Amino acid sequence: MSYDATFRVWRGNADGGDLQTFTVEVNEGEVVLDVIHRLQATQAGDLAVRWNCKAGKCGSCSAEINGRPRLMCMTRMSTFGEDETVTVTPMRAFPVVRDLVTDVSYNYDKAAQIPAFNPRQRDADGNHRMQQIDVERSQEFRKCIECFLCQDTCHVIRDHEENKKAFAGPRFLIRLAELDMHPLDVTDRKDAAQDEFGLGYCNITKCCSEVCPEGIHLTDNGIIPLKERVVDRKFDPLTFLGSKIRRRPKD
Amino acid sequence: MELERHTYDVVVVGAGGAGLRAAIEAHESGARTAVVCKSLLGKAHTVMAEGGIAAAMANLYPEDNWRVHFRDTMRGGKMLNHWRMAQLHAQEAPDRVRELEDWGALFDRTPDGLISQRDFGGHRYARLAHVGDRTGLELIRTLQQRTVALGIDVYMECTVTRLLTDEGGITGAFGYWRESGRFVAWQAPSVVLATGGIGKSYKVTSNSWEYTGDGHSLALQAGASLVNMEFVQFHPTGMVWPPSVRGILVTESVRGDGGILKNSAGNRFMFDYIPDFFRKETAETEAEADRWYDDKKNNRRPPELLPRDEVARAINSEVKAGRGTPHGGVFLDIASRRSAEYIRKRLPSMYHQFKELAEVDITAEPMEVGPTCHYVMGGVEVDPDTEAARVSGLFAAGEVAGGMHGSNRLGGNSLSDLLVFGRRAGAAAAEHARGRHGLELPDEALADAARAALAPFDREGGENPYTVQHDLQQTMHDLVGIIRTAPEMEQALERIAALKERVANLSVEGHRQYNPGWHLALDLPHMLVVSECIARAALERQESRGGHTRDDFPATDAEWAKTNLICTQAADGSVALTRQPLPQMPSDLAGIFEETA
Repeated sequence: MSYDATFRVWRGNADGGDLQTFTVEVNEGEVVLDVIHRLQATQAGDLAVRWNCKAGKCGSCSAEINGRPRLMCMTRMSTFGEDETVTVTPMRAFPVVRDLVTDVSYNYDKAAQIPAFNPRQRDADGNHRMQQIDVERSQEFRKCIECFLCQDTCHVIRDHEENKKAFAGPRFLIRLAELDMHPLDVTDRKDAAQDEFGLGYCNITKCCSEVCPEGIHLTDNGIIPLKERVVDRKFDPLTFLGSKIRRRPKD
Repeated sequence: MELERHTYDVVVVGAGGAGLRAAIEAHESGARTAVVCKSLLGKAHTVMAEGGIAAAMANLYPEDNWRVHFRDTMRGGKMLNHWRMAQLHAQEAPDRVRELEDWGALFDRTPDGLISQRDFGGHRYARLAHVGDRTGLELIRTLQQRTVALGIDVYMECTVTRLLTDEGGITGAFGYWRESGRFVAWQAPSVVLATGGIGKSYKVTSNSWEYTGDGHSLALQAGASLVNMEFVQFHPTGMVWPPSVRGILVTESVRGDGGILKNSAGNRFMFDYIPDFFRKETAETEAEADRWYDDKKNNRRPPELLPRDEVARAINSEVKAGRGTPHGGVFLDIASRRSAEYIRKRLPSMYHQFKELAEVDITAEPMEVGPTCHYVMGGVEVDPDTEAARVSGLFAAGEVAGGMHGSNRLGGNSLSDLLVFGRRAGAAAAEHARGRHGLELPDEALADAARAALAPFDREGGENPYTVQHDLQQTMHDLVGIIRTAPEMEQALERIAALKERVANLSVEGHRQYNPGWHLALDLPHMLVVSECIARAALERQESRGGHTRDDFPATDAEWAKTNLICTQAADGSVALTRQPLPQMPSDLAGIFEETA
């Protein structure tokens, strides 16, 4: 049941680093994170890696496995051949801190810039009433575990550091979509989505949806509907006219 | 010494549900507030909570109210709960859930558009507000977004290694940045501990690496006391196969939504394990149990929904008797009882988890499950109304605090506990800080904390921390696990003493920048001291009750029913154990147990 696998793991820090090769035992049913932990415990005690739940629920152990953005805890070793070399590298879109740990503060900065949730008043009896069908649209985006794999894979920022200032990335575009579709929220963020968070940069190649470990349809259910609503507003001739015509001064 | 320094009114240690709720309340009470957490914001163990938040909102059953919830909670804890905490919890939980909606949470709905509520073990009515089976994620994301919206300072990936005190009480905290290994000190008259539990000292656990008992240990060292540490909850249903996922939680919602437990002979064995204490309220036949899901008035609860301690013990006995599954668990079957569509809708993350990690389709075949270390009922002894510990300026809320759940916690009562007591702790911490300025952090204390943190680097050729951790986990699993005996626990205490010596001689490789080996070396002393507290208290309590089962004392005992066990740190650094009478509830509350029995 057990075998020895060849692992290549990127080790280094902001100043540079390289892939180091390890031979390490693999047992039945294990995932990549188990093997990384075995390396820590037996061969590389200071190998830096983030993880928490080890069950695909917290989104901490994001990395690139054979070049593909994935959660290490949800990548089973049985998906590789026993003689296949498994290469684990840190997420490329973010600066390296050490080994497999990257500086993801870009995401926390963007999160802080989004205008906060702003609910309507409660009903007279102190409850909010919403129908299941109405909450489900936003619930899909609230499944997000903030692993930032969508951010990592998005070509707008993956190799274009310069776009980070103007573009919030797919995770935060669906946060805007979530708030826009939220049955209780009363703030309009459509202009901000376009002007401050770079909705227009996305050209809907759907790479983000493809790597999402939660199976969220970021592009189809979040970003495209948001784009449509922004466009509706911006290019609707009546709205356009309305914005140009001013009320005549009283005197 | 190079040291980053900050000044606050309230420092909250931990950013799970209790920590964030405490920080929000402290901030809104006007206190300058900081949150310090070991992981990134939003990754705390609260995300692992699946089933829901227990609150008697009566959205589905108008008969439900705080008195019924209070009664269920006390009976689930075998009456060892602090009555006042159980009362406050039951009374305030509905408001805490409603305010989450004002902060953006989106719970599943009833047909009337209200918050839906689901059935869970030990709860008389469907009571758990939920979002599919990912309620913890919804809770933490909502509180995280609220914390960010309020502009509260968050120190992410930052570990507190010591609480600082003077003769007047708390003066601050000392820690290190995980990323750089550099030290940081916070000067603050109030510290709220919200550090979660201790499960990482056990081999099979649903808990993450963060659950080292560091908050329990910091509190002890600062002079606070721990209450009833012997009560550790083994959740009846953890995954058992494959080995690498052993212990990962399988939510109680599977049973709440209709799932049943079977042994290898296909028998629904829980009917053989109904204790007298719960006999009057538990179904006697499978037919009655099955009718209960739709008609709670005329039928009684299925035995699969007995409190967790009862179910975990039953599974353990079935496996020991040779009626287990090939991988040493029992079968949890919902596939034969509910439609595939219903299962995928109600239990999406369970479906995903089994499919991805075990190649099991839970809509078509049963799961294999067994007990896993899940929660510690014991914790820092606090005042029920303010969550204040014995040390002035120190507060504790959530899993790190003790008393609320007695000897066994009901499912769903944890998320509500975080919110109710997190809020109370935050308010009391802000109040305590008012007018207390100009505290001093003596250089000597800071230098000493830094020296202690760096010690593992100074030793060469010592043992690897991962080996010591492994041996501790094996010890607790084998000797202070779900079924306990005096000789085994005595042996555990000897081994823990030997492990302490090994920890004093650890060495770590590499440097201070994001070094998990070093971090573990600093966590191990905490894990050892809480393990010692658990073993000592478990050896002392010569009865079986809730999460504490003694093979050599299998019955509950009337004298122990009135006794709490308190751990403190003695002058020589060892753990001291004393008995203390259980606070007695007033007669109007005691009357509840007659009126709804």
